Formats: sequence, structure tokens, C-alpha cells
Amino acid sequence: MSFVFLTTDILLFLLIAILLVYGIYALRHEHLFRPWKQVVSRPFSMCAVVVLSFYFLIAILDSVHFHPTIESSSGNDVQHSTRITSVLDLVLGSIIAGTEKTYSAPFSIYAFAKETLVDEDGYMVREYPRLKHAGSHLSEPASRLDDILNRSVVGVGKGLIGWIFFCAIIIFMMSRIQKLAIRGIVKKIIRGQSSLSWRTFFLSFGIIFVLVGIGLQLCPHYHVLGTDQVGNDILYQSLKSARTGLIIGTLTTLVMLPFAVIFGVSAGYFGGWVDDSIQYMYTTLSSIPSVLLIAASALMLDVYLANHSEMFVSVTARADLRLLCLCLILGVTTWTGLCRYLRAETLKLRESAYIDASRAFGAVPWTTIWKHVVPNVMHIVTISIVLDFSGLVLAEAALSYLNIGVDPSMESWGNMINGARLELAREPVVWWSLFAAFIFMFVLVLAANIFADAVRDAFDPRLRELN
Amino acid sequence: MSDYLLRRLLYAFPILLGVNIITFFLFFVVNSPDDMARIHLGNKYVTTDAIEKWKGERGYDRPLFYNSEKQGRGKLLDTIFYTKTVKLFVFDFGQSDSGRDIGYDISQRMWPSLMITLPILILGLFLTISLALAVAFFRATYLDTFAVIMCVCMMSVSGLFYIIGGQYLFSKLLKIVPISGFDDGFLAIKFLILPVVVGVVGGLGSGTRWYRTIFLEEVNQDYVRTARSKGLSEKVVFYVHVLRNGMIPILTGVVALLPSLFLGSLITEAFFGIPGLGSYTIEAIQSQDFSIVRAMVFLGSALYILGLVLTDISYTFVDPRISLR
Repeated sequence: MSFVFLTTDILLFLLIAILLVYGIYALRHEHLFRPWKQVVSRPFSMCAVVVLSFYFLIAILDSVHFHPTIESSSGNDVQHSTRITSVLDLVLGSIIAGTEKTYSAPFSIYAFAKETLVDEDGYMVREYPRLKHAGSHLSEPASRLDDILNRSVVGVGKGLIGWIFFCAIIIFMMSRIQKLAIRGIVKKIIRGQSSLSWRTFFLSFGIIFVLVGIGLQLCPHYHVLGTDQVGNDILYQSLKSARTGLIIGTLTTLVMLPFAVIFGVSAGYFGGWVDDSIQYMYTTLSSIPSVLLIAASALMLDVYLANHSEMFVSVTARADLRLLCLCLILGVTTWTGLCRYLRAETLKLRESAYIDASRAFGAVPWTTIWKHVVPNVMHIVTISIVLDFSGLVLAEAALSYLNIGVDPSMESWGNMINGARLELAREPVVWWSLFAAFIFMFVLVLAANIFADAVRDAFDPRLRELN
Repeated sequence: MSDYLLRRLLYAFPILLGVNIITFFLFFVVNSPDDMARIHLGNKYVTTDAIEKWKGERGYDRPLFYNSEKQGRGKLLDTIFYTKTVKLFVFDFGQSDSGRDIGYDISQRMWPSLMITLPILILGLFLTISLALAVAFFRATYLDTFAVIMCVCMMSVSGLFYIIGGQYLFSKLLKIVPISGFDDGFLAIKFLILPVVVGVVGGLGSGTRWYRTIFLEEVNQDYVRTARSKGLSEKVVFYVHVLRNGMIPILTGVVALLPSLFLGSLITEAFFGIPGLGSYTIEAIQSQDFSIVRAMVFLGSALYILGLVLTDISYTFVDPRISLR
């Protein structure tokens, strides 16, 4: 296979690299490390961290793209398909049951719509046909419930075994690092006396392990969350959508951050005409209602993409560029708030003694800003990054519903809702794709909200207005 | 005061000019009028004559900034920037790309928007303030914790699901109100109930939590301690002192929103088929009508700036310590 790096992939990996560097730096500096320790000492936020990292793992797996190799008949030369797939596709493709003809309910082995079939005696009957993939291993349809139960129990067992191994490895490593007896560590964790809430950490991983275990047992044989109109598995789509949501939530902040920090800090630090022009710029931008600005930009983006269709090698690359542009557009509408706060904070800092001292020593303005101002406003930046995240994930769904969001060919929760909105009018109701989008979004946004609250409380509890 | 207002109005002028330059850049520089014509006429197999005709009919056939063929003032006036952008300043929106009068359409369609957004604002404000006050009253108890958890959960649900769930529950299962649509006069009420209920419920989580923090900040102030030490009951302290002082940031925050109520909500109006300005914008996006989108962006920013001025004025009313100079 030959790897492909889409623009958003590169940016996502860049973001992860930045986070890693920051993490290593923070580990060595107590004042940076302590707030984070405080965040994960609360059980709720520890659980949120585990959930968020699970979503990120999915998104990262889905961001390693490549052209799969085609088995060529000659056997010598290696050929690559023009299709772009990701590691997640590869993993899920081997786990999740194949595509059906049309809708099917969760765990159903029959299709949603009746078809004309020929029965054993040669008569034509209108019946619900069996699905091609789901439940095809069952000879007796009546044994479906037993089969599901059996498989779930096995799945729970396997999940628990995996979880115990996982716990054992972590606890072993903890005992090595802290140089304590394993017995003592386990006792501390179970009683909830450890400084970080390790008990919640292991319990939340336990739930994830059990869910994954059940999924691994059931997914190859059933559509756990049903299928959509063209027969695609809903669980597969929901997992693929995680990348879109996370990219919107993180890259938007990443692309707007340099502008917000540079403009905000220099407006506050230099004052005068610099301050005036930067204030004018962000007042103008923020005076346009964001949804209208997004709508206008998305409309223009559509026209641009339609007129420059020759620029793109594949549908995936085109959808990717559109996703990036959406991040840029959302970034333009969200940076003004952060910029305003940074300016106000810098105005306060400018009067402090250590800035005066830095100036008195003859440091050029940018050195003072970089060494003394920026580190002291970073807590605002951190808080606003995590606070914006959940709003951006929700905004993606709403914008995709209005057809001004991500490309229709891209899996996203907004597109799932958009495609399923008329299905509630059917009889019987097709509820499962909305349900899946709801659950996946709700868990992510809830985790993000809890995490954001904890981060704000740890870094600056007085900073209520940023909400 | 009047000096201040005059200054604010003058300050609004460069901001609106900036907005105009941004929209102009978006609509005429990122994509030339030729590009837009091609999209409208069906992309690839379009003759240059057809493009020229389309541009001529809509007045896009002028130069962007400077018309060297004209005499005198015409050099600047007979350009796209002047005819399409500067005229927005006097709220002359001109014609849409499909030939309708935008100003008339807006004046017709802002009322249905207002009929939804105003009840949502008033009912929502009443409900969230009462709830937040109750939660603040029971602060640091299990009830408070439970309420905050509920708020965070409600905040984490996408607004789309409130609408879909509401339509499914009240219109499809219970058949109390129609799913979507609109009617003139008083007949509109049955179409308005559901969007208003959904809008209020959707904003309950974040609103209650936000107002709770405002009230909690007030509770810790000195004047509350003084009121208690005078022997006032906790109820009187809350409903008279805390509520009044907490209302200052709440009301001034609401005043900023008032003018924007005319714009309506894009999502709500799309779901419920309400012929307001929100659905007007969506229709314009879907039919790629650039003039309407441009007009709406301008109108939106003008209303936002008006909201800021109103906020400043409202401060002087509720807080006598502030005076505008």
C-alpha cells in the first residue's frame, strides 16, 4: 500500500505533535503540570478524559490514509487502487458485517421492506427477505435471541479478560515507577485514596473494554445499530464520523490560534494605532452574525469548488479541502472572542512590575511579549480551546443539516441526521440512524463539556465569562 | 447622552463599511461574476453570450471599482462596488438575482421570525431565571448537584435533536400540533406552539447554568450578608436583593440580542417551514442567490451594532453609577 497524506491528516498529526511536546514540557514544570493533575483528580473529568481519548484513538486510526494494493494477475508489479481508505476502514471492514440492500433494524435478520420471493413450493409470496450478511450463520431464525445473548456473554467475558490484563500492566508499571508494592497500590486504588482518580480510570476503561468485547463478538454477525437506506452499517458510519467531528473541533482552534494570540497580545501590549486597527478588525468581523458569515462563505466555496473541479485528484481530496475550509471559516468567526480576552488580559499584564523590569533591561518588545506576556495568558488560551470544542462539534451537525457544512460524501453526524430526518415519517419508524448519531454526539459533547469545566476550574475558576 | 449616541452612530459607519468590504471581497473577488453566472446557467457548456446576458440582466456587467469608460462621477458610481454594496448603507437592497424586491421581501418576512423568537426569548427568560433562582436557593445540596448535572446533559444534546424529538412526540405520536407550516393572523398560533416550546426547552440547560453562576456570585456579595444580618428572611434576601442585582447582567445581555430577533433562526425555520428571514436565507443559499445573502449579512451586522448601542443605553437605566459621555 502507498500512504496518502490529506491536508487535514497532516494538520491533525501536527496538532498531536504539539500536544506531545507540550506534555513533555509540562511534565518538567510543576506550575504547568499541577492544574492538569487537578483535572484528572476529579472522577467525572477522569472519565471524560478516558472517553475523549477513545474518540481520539478512532479519529487517529481514521487519519492514516492509503491506497490499498490490488492483487494483480501477473504477480510482479504492485498496483494501487485509486480509492483512498484508512486504517480504521481496514480494521472495521474485517469486523463489521457487509452491506445490505436497504434499511434493516438493529439486530434484525430480516430486511425492512417486503420483497417478492419464491417459496419452497414454487409460489410467489410477499415476504421480508433474510439479510445477506446479518444473521446468515443462523439456520433457525428463532434462535436469534439465544445467539445474541450467548455472543454477548462471551463478549463481556473476553472484554473483562482484556481489561484485567490491561489493569495488571498499568498497575505493574505504576509499582515500578513509584517503587511501591503492588498490593499497596491496588488497595489505594480500590479505596479511592490515590491522588489521581485511578479508580474511575480503571472503571471507565472497564466499560469501554466490555463494550468493545461485545462489539467484536456481535458486529461480524449482526448490524448492531441497523443499516441505512443503501444498506450501510450505521455503527460503521458513526465511528467514521468521529474523525469529522474531532477535526472540526480541534483544527478550527489550531488554525485560528496564531491570529488570536498575535493580534490580541500585540493590541494590548502596543496600544495606539495598532490597538485601534486590531480592535476595528475584530469588531467588524464579530458584528457579522456568524451563521450568516458561514453561509455566505460556504456558498462562495461551493461556487469556487464547482468552477475548479480539475484541481482535485479524488472525491476524498475534494471533501477534505472542503472540511479544511469549513474549519477556516469557523475559525474566522470564533477567534474574535479569544482575541478580545487576550487583549484585555495583556492590558492588565502590561502594568505589572516584571514587564517594566524586562523593558528596563532593554529587551525588545517581542522578546518581552514572548518571554513574559504569552506564558501568562496561556491559561486563557487553554481554557478557550477546550470550551470551544463542544460548541464546534455541535455546530458541524447544524451546518451540515443546512447543507453548508461538510461535503455530503463525507461521513459526519450532521450528514447522518440530514439523511435520516425524513425517516421518522415512515411507518414503521426508522429511528436507528438518528439514535446512533444522537448517542455518539451526546457522549462526545458531554465528555467535552465536563472536561472543559474541570480545565476551567483548574486553570482559572474566576474566568466565568469565557463560557 | 446625545453626544454619545451620535458618536456611536458615527463609529458604526466604518464598521459597516468594513462589513461591506468583506462581503464584497467574498462575493466578487473570490469568485468573479463570470463564475457565478456559470453556476447559475449550468456550469460547463455555457456560451459567453449567455454569461454576458445573465450579468447584464442583474447589473454585474460593470467593472468592480473603477469605470474608465464613464465621465466624471460615473467613473466611481457606475461600478459594482457602488451599485451593489454602497447602496446597502441606505438599506436599499435592490433586486434579488431572481428579480424580486429584497427590501419588500424582508419587510414581509421579518414578522413570522419575530413571532417565534420573541416568545422564545420572553418565556425562556422567565423559566430559566426562575429555575436558576431556585437552584441557587438550594446551593450546595444534592438538588443543586442534580440540577447542574441535568443542565450539562441538556447542553450536550444538539439542538437538532430537540426539534426532531419534539416533532416526533407532539406531532406524530400525540398529534397535538401540526408538524410544520404557517398561516396568517391568529391561525398561526397552532403552528407556533411547537417551535416555541422546543426553542425554550433547548435553551434551558445552558441558560439555567449561566444564570445560576450569576446568582451565586451575587449571593457572596457583602450586601447580601448585610441584608441577612438585618434579620431578613432568606426568601426576602433572594427575591428582593439577589434577584434585582442579578438581573443587571442578565437584562443587559438580553438587550444586545433584541434587534437580532428579527433575523429569526435558520434551523428552527427550516424544520418548521416558517416563512421568516431564516428560511429566506436558506432558500437564498440553496438557489445560490448572492444578492439576498449579501443583503442579509449587511442587515445582520447593522442589527448587531444596534444591539450594542442599546446595551450601553440600558446600562444607564439599570445602573445609575454608569453615565455615558
